Amino acid sequence: MFDNAMNAPSVPLGQRSAIVALRSFLGRYGLILALLVLPVVYGIQDLSNDGDLSRLGNNLVDGISNGAIWALIALGYTLVYGIIELINFAHGEVFMIGSFVAASFWGTLGLTLASGVPGLIVGLFVTLLVAMLTCASLNVMIERVAYRPLRNAPKLAALITAVGFSFILQNVGILWRGGSQQSVDNLIRQEQQVVEAFGVVISRGDLLAIGVTVPLVLVVTTFIARSRAGKAMRATAQDPEAARLMGINVDRTISLTFLLGGLLAGAAGLVYALYQTNVWYFQGFTAGLIAFTAAVMGGIGNLRGAVLGGLIIGCIQQISDNRIGGEWTPVVVFGYLILIMTFRPRGLLGEQTREAG
Amino acid sequence: MSALPDFARTRIGQRAIAGAVLLLAALFPLAFDSLATQMDVAIFVLAYVMMALGLNIVVGFAGLLDLGYVAFYAIGAYTIGWLASDHFTGIGGEKGIHVLVSDFVQTSLGIHVNFFLVLIAAMVIAAVLGALIGLPTLRLRGDYIAIVTLAFGEIIGRIALNGDEITFGEQQLTNGQQAISPVDQPFLPGAGYEFDSAFNLRPYYWTGLVLLCFTLFVNFRLRDSRLGRAWIALREDEVAAASMGVPLVRTKLLAYAAGAALGGIAGAFLGSYNNAINSNQFQFSFSIFVLAMVILGGMGSIWGVTAGAFALAVIDRYLIPEIFDDLPSTFGLDFQLTQLSFGIFGFLLVLIMILRPEGLFPERRRQMELTEGVGTDETVYEARM
Repeated sequence: MFDNAMNAPSVPLGQRSAIVALRSFLGRYGLILALLVLPVVYGIQDLSNDGDLSRLGNNLVDGISNGAIWALIALGYTLVYGIIELINFAHGEVFMIGSFVAASFWGTLGLTLASGVPGLIVGLFVTLLVAMLTCASLNVMIERVAYRPLRNAPKLAALITAVGFSFILQNVGILWRGGSQQSVDNLIRQEQQVVEAFGVVISRGDLLAIGVTVPLVLVVTTFIARSRAGKAMRATAQDPEAARLMGINVDRTISLTFLLGGLLAGAAGLVYALYQTNVWYFQGFTAGLIAFTAAVMGGIGNLRGAVLGGLIIGCIQQISDNRIGGEWTPVVVFGYLILIMTFRPRGLLGEQTREAG
Repeated sequence: MSALPDFARTRIGQRAIAGAVLLLAALFPLAFDSLATQMDVAIFVLAYVMMALGLNIVVGFAGLLDLGYVAFYAIGAYTIGWLASDHFTGIGGEKGIHVLVSDFVQTSLGIHVNFFLVLIAAMVIAAVLGALIGLPTLRLRGDYIAIVTLAFGEIIGRIALNGDEITFGEQQLTNGQQAISPVDQPFLPGAGYEFDSAFNLRPYYWTGLVLLCFTLFVNFRLRDSRLGRAWIALREDEVAAASMGVPLVRTKLLAYAAGAALGGIAGAFLGSYNNAINSNQFQFSFSIFVLAMVILGGMGSIWGVTAGAFALAVIDRYLIPEIFDDLPSTFGLDFQLTQLSFGIFGFLLVLIMILRPEGLFPERRRQMELTEGVGTDETVYEARM
């Protein structure tokens, strides 16, 4: 509407340029401002009530550890979207299966609260590998069965099979562990304090989440940036037809992408089970949507964006859980999702996709 | 093909078949006891077919994948909950507000509006909300639309669930998981007749059938209208449609509004019949359930969607809970089939999409789009070029 300001002589020049500047400012920083609303408002409230920011600080610490889990899942969305422009709707459920596998497998290994520290570390590491590999094969299998036959069909067809698969996996979850939340052993005593500074507590769970996520993200990004297979992935993402002409096996590259996504989802599943100390069949649906929001927030297709988005959405979620009430958190998260998709579909760091343009 | 499909293609043949089906449907309740399980199932089937036909306008005609259709079921159901029950006891003072209701309801507190007026209100409210939800999706395409509608559906579901925390004065917006119940029964003011679902389900059935006929009529007239052709043009190629002068914004918003309006009517009807409006009814899986009906039947094909919705509704309300529920235990498995119903629908979605993406009874035009590549719904590869 202000684009026509040229034809409106009643608007003085200085005012017009101010409006234009405001518009470009909002276009560039509007999303960041919107994301800062919650922390700033509650920060001010904390300062006036308690005189310090320790409550907000604790929210942010918890948020970053939660966000680390979302980041792992969001990477799976963004990898798949980057390469075949498909929202892998079943990804959240793959993560849920990861949690279930982890919780069952450490039971099989005989890990309990009484296990000693060395045994626990080795056992959990093995569990991590098992969960990652299971989810990776599951994700590759889903791609093979549900998406590959539809590669030349309209894109919405693949989205619908993805939704269908997510329901199938949810039902597998129901049959496996019943329809309600199930608590699992708090193996690492996640709430135990490790460091405290200025009233901000960092617990074992926080360290675990960061300790698993950071190396994995580094390995995956390095793999994609440096390795030959990673190069093939980037080439396929840019132009599958040309990649094929250059001798890249596109089908195998796409499978590899799903494999990477599955590995990360499996790791997220284990961390989630240890951190939240409960699992249930519906966790994947919620987590999937939150992580998808994270991926969109960062700019879908952009790996760094997915991690950033995950951390931000984790903080927002934590602040909302703690201040507004956990039952309203989905409304807050989905509200941001709609805002971002409407006003800034390319996200914080992403390129403008065709879909969004 | 045989002679029957040829006959079915002619105009007279189609009308004859439709008339026969309608007659059978109208006489159906007489074959059963007025409180039989089959009657209960049939009423749900009617409501589900209505919802599927509503969603068909958005997904089938206009090609906008809506994953949040449950929102309109919720809006319709809450409209009747708000306007025809004791829920808002504080409103209207000592006497309450009453519009064309039976003597029995006349004395109760709260807002009580005649069922048939509430249907109109539900239609209008749902249509407005549908257009509002459509607004943010206007600039988006394909799967982004699906996600935004899903997010809206979830937000509305959450508001329904936590609505007991939203209060104005003494009033709660919803009752959350404790249902708004009882809801007034429909009342015919001229005849002085009030429905009673505890004694006779037939009036509900016939009301549902009339509403379904209305829905079918609206679907056919819309499809063949200028607007309907604009929707199909939009579905096939948005850019071409726009350059031919199809107003994108208005056309899309009208698709959302029309689909939502039908969902709102069905929701209000079902809310009144259930006699309880409970937030647990409005979950994401329901949106997918309705979507599965549309896809099974064949997106855009009105008779196909009707048949698909009929089949899935019967499976969901009758075959799974009444007939096959104990099937797993006969094989020594420890679960009920009802636990798996959504897994079954998910499996069905995958199967249809892979084996017969155009649905069981596809519309010819839609089939052409799929098999001959008319239309520009981008495939995964083309999207990159």
